[in-house]
Amino acid sequence: MTTAGVPARAEVDGLHLDTGPIWVLRDSWTEARRHLRIIPRNPELLGFAIAQPVMFTLLFVYVFGGAIDVPGFDDYNQFLLPGIFAQTLTFGSATTSIGLADDLQKGLVDRLRSLPMAQPAVIIGRTIADLVKNAVSFVAMLLIAFAVGFRFEGTVAEALLATVLLMLFAYSISWIHALIGLSVKSVEAANSGGFMWMFPMTFVSSAFVDPSSMPDWLEPIAEANPFTKVTNASRALYNGLPAGDLVWESLGWSVGLTVVFAILSFRKFDRASSR
Amino acid sequence: MLAIETAGLAKHYGETRALDGLDLTMERGSILGVLGPNGAGKTTAVKILTTLIRPSAGKAFVEGIDVEQEPAQVRARIGLTGQYAAVEERMTARENLVHIGRLFHMGNGTARRRGDELLARFDLVDAADRIVKEYSGGMRRRLDIAMSLIARPALLFLDEPTTGLDPRSRQAMWALIEELGDDGTTTFLTTQYLDEAEALADTIVVIDHGRVIAEGTADELKDLVGSDRLIVTIASTANLERAASALAPLATGPIERSPDRPELVVPITAGHHVVPNAIRVLDDCDCDVLNVEMRRPSLDDVFLTITGTAPEPTDGDLP
Repeated sequence: MTTAGVPARAEVDGLHLDTGPIWVLRDSWTEARRHLRIIPRNPELLGFAIAQPVMFTLLFVYVFGGAIDVPGFDDYNQFLLPGIFAQTLTFGSATTSIGLADDLQKGLVDRLRSLPMAQPAVIIGRTIADLVKNAVSFVAMLLIAFAVGFRFEGTVAEALLATVLLMLFAYSISWIHALIGLSVKSVEAANSGGFMWMFPMTFVSSAFVDPSSMPDWLEPIAEANPFTKVTNASRALYNGLPAGDLVWESLGWSVGLTVVFAILSFRKFDRASSR
Repeated sequence: MLAIETAGLAKHYGETRALDGLDLTMERGSILGVLGPNGAGKTTAVKILTTLIRPSAGKAFVEGIDVEQEPAQVRARIGLTGQYAAVEERMTARENLVHIGRLFHMGNGTARRRGDELLARFDLVDAADRIVKEYSGGMRRRLDIAMSLIARPALLFLDEPTTGLDPRSRQAMWALIEELGDDGTTTFLTTQYLDEAEALADTIVVIDHGRVIAEGTADELKDLVGSDRLIVTIASTANLERAASALAPLATGPIERSPDRPELVVPITAGHHVVPNAIRVLDDCDCDVLNVEMRRPSLDDVFLTITGTAPEPTDGDLP
């Protein structure tokens, strides 16, 4: 058996079999658009993207806002809101695992894997769509934050950098969720397995309190938490305080997590199939 | 060139042998019916041939291309409709078709034109801009198959396309598959319904426990079981021998007698006035015949003969 002399069907029909970098990008965008175009049609998705971040912001500000003092910050909101931004965006990345598990369960992954498209585009497209959705969530949160008195104390450039650090970290968490979504057997499992570990990660951190107020054994864990690094970096930048190496540390974590979990997810995807 | 050729194809999951040395060939331009009960290995075979899973052993070629060596080349030539309608149910039919066309790297215009053709062909024009969530099961399956055909595949895989459909949708699906066959679409069709394989497939491969246990046209498979038979029921066992000797000249083999019923099973060759003649001689011998019935061997008989177990029920409303 040989393929010599057999015209590729795709060539016959004037299609391209290329899976080079350009096609990875194009196919990723095609897939991202599939996810993005259904968001406005599904009120519950829109609610998940906007109502929940707004609700989180208001609850934390008004429930905890008056009760907690943090050294170095006159206004707890200036300390708290970057933490809420970080947590909400991280939680927002969970839609990656739910969405991929859904596609897998419904047999859509089987169909996509049987196409001559650039295969990594299925996951890249999903994470890009979730990044865009997270950006919408962020705008909603920021408007509410301004309404309750939050201000950029530094330059606009610093605020922009802070935002980029948060979005990139949330994007890297999307890749952890990609691996979860491809590993579990159902949407329900993706939902619980996807959220479970994010609670300790976001609460055992500097997001809501100063870790020095934690028990001795917990404080070093909170300090070493990459989520703390990212929160501290963006908090410093939003407040016009020196961020130092924290910027590089958070960038390093985001890039590192993305690379490692992208490789693991692509491998998993290559074997992923319904049942 | 063959559309499909496999040799010793095996897939093991620990101790479970989903496929255990599958050898099959399939001609281009035909419909191959792969028939077997649940768990026989039908879906595993489809998944290996469509590059979704890798075999544990053996070789598989699709359109002459090794599925393990050049999966992308295989993918460019096939269309897959799996067991569950794999459609984005929050998009419209038109959007689904264009989306898959784009992932086949068609231009936007080509994908739209081809999508419109398929919407018309599959009777989905009126529903084209409705969200697929609102579709009936039959409509979803039609869209699913249309999506598999968007890039004019050389080979179409239909994995249990009527499982879970109501009888009416099932009939419509049969008509659709027949039409595809008339157009010369090479189709690999798996089914657990015997009547479905008989109605649609040019060649049937019966598989069980991951192996081919029989192969041929529906008629050839029936020949495995034997010829047509005439079942003669008589009022009293006293007349049984008299009836048997009257029918003997018409029989093509030994006449069987039921031990506990006044019934004769007479092997015959259908046609040539055999049945009218049988009725005439029975009438002449005054044997008090209650009923004469002709029975052609069914694929159920085939399955029973080869595997020793009854196949899955053939009603179309399984989940």
